[in-house]
Amino acid sequence: MTKYLLTIDYNGGDVDVPMDEWDPEEITAHMDYYRALNRELTESGELVEVNALTGPELARFVVSDGATAPVVTDGPFAEFKELLAGYELVDVESEERAIEIAARLSAVPGPGGTPLRQPIGVRRVMSP
Amino acid sequence: MLARRYGDFDLAEDAVQEALLSAATHWPVDGVPDNPRGWLIQTASRKLLDIVRGEQARRRREILAASLSAPIAGESGSNDDTLTVLFMCCHPSLTPASAIALTLRALGGLTTAEIAKAFLVPEATMGQRISRAKQRIISSGVPFQRPDFHEWPQRLRSVLHILYLIFNEGYASSGGQDVHRVELSAEAIRLVRLVRRLLPDGEKDGVKDDAEVAGLLALMLLTDARRPARTGPGGELIPLSEQDRSRWDRPRIAEGLAILDGAIAKGTIGEYQLQAAIAALHDRAARVEDTDWPQILALYSLLERMTGNPIVSLNRAVASAMVHGPEMGLKELEELDAKLPGHHRLAAVRAHLYEMAGLKNEAIEHYLIAAARTASTPEKHYLTTRAARLKAGRRGATRRDRPAG
Repeated sequence: MTKYLLTIDYNGGDVDVPMDEWDPEEITAHMDYYRALNRELTESGELVEVNALTGPELARFVVSDGATAPVVTDGPFAEFKELLAGYELVDVESEERAIEIAARLSAVPGPGGTPLRQPIGVRRVMSP
Repeated sequence: MLARRYGDFDLAEDAVQEALLSAATHWPVDGVPDNPRGWLIQTASRKLLDIVRGEQARRRREILAASLSAPIAGESGSNDDTLTVLFMCCHPSLTPASAIALTLRALGGLTTAEIAKAFLVPEATMGQRISRAKQRIISSGVPFQRPDFHEWPQRLRSVLHILYLIFNEGYASSGGQDVHRVELSAEAIRLVRLVRRLLPDGEKDGVKDDAEVAGLLALMLLTDARRPARTGPGGELIPLSEQDRSRWDRPRIAEGLAILDGAIAKGTIGEYQLQAAIAALHDRAARVEDTDWPQILALYSLLERMTGNPIVSLNRAVASAMVHGPEMGLKELEELDAKLPGHHRLAAVRAHLYEMAGLKNEAIEHYLIAAARTASTPEKHYLTTRAARLKAGRRGATRRDRPAG
């Protein structure tokens, strides 16, 4: 079994419409899809950890030389679409399986029930 | 100090937030009731005067002095030891996280693995946290004995605060599915019952059943009673107005009310009793439209004067809106911008009051601000959906209904 980090950023995929412009039912369907997938992955024993992260509003970036006061940057960020929005850590038999799960994440429905096709990162985790 | 206090009132704000979520659809059309009534208001007002004069503090010290003539070094066996251990685990020199971990391990029925799971950290991490906490206590040189009567009120307050945090941890994340977090609430309740049982007898009953211990227990019971109705099948938040009240745990409510009545009758009103009284008013309402908002407003006013906590002020503004109208609530919120800058709950309450007042654009704007700032997934979902609902309403139709092109 190998661990992969599946990452989601703020690239919305095929949909440019912000979520508050969706119908409430579409928002619920979107959330339900993730919940169902995570339940499935929990039951299969493949889900190690899943987290959504707070948004760009609350993100900070820190640079330090370890001696002087750190430089802390907050938004707005030019490359905010690349910011990490959430991740799933999965423990799976093969890279193919990790990709399969990533595909499921990518296809989460948006407005009109259309799959978002949001880009998902698949990063193998190094062993300690 | 204020930052530490914020944690104290998560439950209160949660309860009021739930109530507020209904405001838009349940604002009374016929106007609001006039005069606050009831023994609770009169009793509480009298008690507040006492507190302000410091009478209660003085009386408490006198009772304690009579019953704790000397510090006890665990003479009569397990009950004394248990209480002493609890005081040690909740020593103010420990961080809340350390105290929580240590308390659950030493006195809770949970293993390190279970505690770790409840706090969503690896077992090794939690094990370390507990070891370091133990070390800290040992190296601090705090003797294994109960606090003397000078320290007693503050040390007891530490204990209650930690138990409150444990309960809050379990309650706030009650997604219905996660049994481990639900166990935290149960542990907190069990431990408060234990404290209540183990408090030393006094000549009068003022010390045996410290009113704030009873108040905290009542608060937990009255809040926990609503848990079965609080989340939907998908883990979504269900506001108080929409909760199926037949799912509320009636025996819990009855017990909480009885304990609260007993506590208030003792004569030392404190913060937990006030919070419990507010929870009691919600739980007593057979239907949401029966909620006694004028009494709730009076209680929040007392709590605000007692604590000066801006989150309490936020809750008070909500109650004020329910009694006097959203414009009054919004006006009260203005004073909180300086005290709660950027706080997501302030934005959320503002949004709800704008919605109540029929100001849709402002409501949408603030729902989105709140959604962007909250760290709670169900809350973010809820706030985003509320904004979306208003936007859909503003469009006059759902997007699917609109003609193509």
